[in-house]
Amino acid sequence: MAVISTAPLRRRLRPGAGDQDKAGPVTYAVLAIAAVVSLFPLYWTFVAASNTGERVAQSPPPMLPSGELWTNITTAWNQADMGKALLNSTVVAGCVSLSTVLFSTLAGFAFAKLRFRGRNALLTLVVATMTIPPQLSVIPLYRIITDLNWGNQLKAVILPSLVAAFGVFFMRQFLLEALPLELIEAARVDGAHSLRIIWHVVLPIARPAMAVLGMLVFVQSWNDFFWPFVVLTQQNPTVQVALSSIGGGSGHDINQAVIMTGALVGTLPLLLIFAVLGKHIVGGITAGAVKS
Amino acid sequence: MATSIRAAAEDGSAPTTAPGGPRTPAAPQRSAWRSRLYRLDLKASPYAYIAPFFLCFAAFGLFPLIWTGWLSLHRVDLLNQDVMDWRGTGNYTRLWETDQFWTALRNTFTIGVISTVPQLLMALGLAHLLNYRMRGRGFLRVAVLAPYATSIAAATLVFVQLFNPDYGMINWLLSMVGIDRTDWYSDTWPSQIAISTIVTWRWTGYNALIYLAAMQAVPKDLYEAASLDGASRWQQFTKVTIPSIRPTILFTVIVSTIGATQLFGEPLLFGGGVGVSGGSAHQYQTLGLYMYELGWPSRQLGRASAVAWTMLLILLLIGAVQTLIARRNRTKLGG
Repeated sequence: MAVISTAPLRRRLRPGAGDQDKAGPVTYAVLAIAAVVSLFPLYWTFVAASNTGERVAQSPPPMLPSGELWTNITTAWNQADMGKALLNSTVVAGCVSLSTVLFSTLAGFAFAKLRFRGRNALLTLVVATMTIPPQLSVIPLYRIITDLNWGNQLKAVILPSLVAAFGVFFMRQFLLEALPLELIEAARVDGAHSLRIIWHVVLPIARPAMAVLGMLVFVQSWNDFFWPFVVLTQQNPTVQVALSSIGGGSGHDINQAVIMTGALVGTLPLLLIFAVLGKHIVGGITAGAVKS
Repeated sequence: MATSIRAAAEDGSAPTTAPGGPRTPAAPQRSAWRSRLYRLDLKASPYAYIAPFFLCFAAFGLFPLIWTGWLSLHRVDLLNQDVMDWRGTGNYTRLWETDQFWTALRNTFTIGVISTVPQLLMALGLAHLLNYRMRGRGFLRVAVLAPYATSIAAATLVFVQLFNPDYGMINWLLSMVGIDRTDWYSDTWPSQIAISTIVTWRWTGYNALIYLAAMQAVPKDLYEAASLDGASRWQQFTKVTIPSIRPTILFTVIVSTIGATQLFGEPLLFGGGVGVSGGSAHQYQTLGLYMYELGWPSRQLGRASAVAWTMLLILLLIGAVQTLIARRNRTKLGG
């Protein structure tokens, strides 16, 4: 079975196996192309968002930014409730990542360091749930939400995402290596009950992994599309739902620059987070590597 | 760090006093109660900590999944869900006879292959290159991950522009190397390639970083031994790196397969006004879209549920095949 290893998170100083080799010019060239291909669509989003709709719909397409950004932002704001959408997405992604991190840490700690009957079988079950696409559960879920009269409310989006199997597994792998068993035993001998152990021993050690997990879940939740699209409307959208309405129409009367502005506004918060914390997120993803 | 934790642990013990209850004879009843509490804590608390996950999964994952199976045997109207007419396997036989279902199944498969196979191969190569010692590798790693920060909706809207047949950047670039106008919106293969490009763009960097981490965990002496045996760089890559990170590759293959099976947002938004039907001739309608079209615009929840369960069966089938292949490879490689 595949297991996630968090070793690189703690042993990043150890030189990697292949990297005694220095990169040659070809390596640099290929990686430069990869970086350009990765970044160019984002750059061009900004270019299109700062040009007029007519200019965007001309060939050859614009390559440099222009001065229309503010006009386009105002138009996009009027077309879809972008302010509300940004706020809603922040609330949803914030709640989802807080609860996922909390529950994942508790469960990850139990799976990593506590002994109980059925531990291995239950852990296998956690991993197995990752293979079930959430999409297959939406039809009854929609019914439950409408019966509860929760349609078009944020809690309808938050509640089904309170936990994540990936998070449980991620924290388990981290605590397995980072948390010495002696610390827990010492605390037990001192008479501390398990909640106290979690508060004073587990949480201080788990904090860096919790931060990384929180960022990963925040990104995922911010970008989640299917379920919010099904259960929310344009009166109370997340960013992704608002974007689907901006770009959902067809025909040539639509201002393409405004669509690009919507995409830019919806992506900018995450890109800013990436610009500031990118290295930590990269570290977190590489920490989620898999070994047997 | 360690000392502060130790201090915290000792601090935690202070108010509880008497360690190991039974050993203090002064208050035997209280300590008996305490030791019972202690054992209860030891035995029950692990279940309390894992309970939230399993309760939420049962409520929002497993139970709806099974209910979907039950719904798939009925005729149910989205707007009147209390009325359920028993149809037996009728929804499934009807799917079998519907061309649109087979189109969606075929599209899901072809888009799945075009979007995952090149993506994972490129990710492998990229990871290999990112593993070299070089300047600016921190920047390069963040750069290839930037698409991961872009949502399905935003990425699709941008690529819709880039792929515009009349004024899009891609046709303009292609025209410079003498390739005629391609109709990325309407023609079957071009539109499927365009949608696959969105998926590939968003996930290649992410998978490359996962591979990179796995590569860094490969023991160094394996490479040293291989180079002593006269293995070239390429041979080291195929004979040492690939076999060593095989579990990771398997993991990404499984995750990408699941992602490809439920592809929804990209074709929906790529199609603009005709997105729900996956293009005017369903040329890029996936099973995920077909399920949505049946369930919501057409209001036939029973048939939509049948599509959902068919997707589940397909996933189980693919999973079984992948496990078989993985097991055969393992015996072939003798490890």
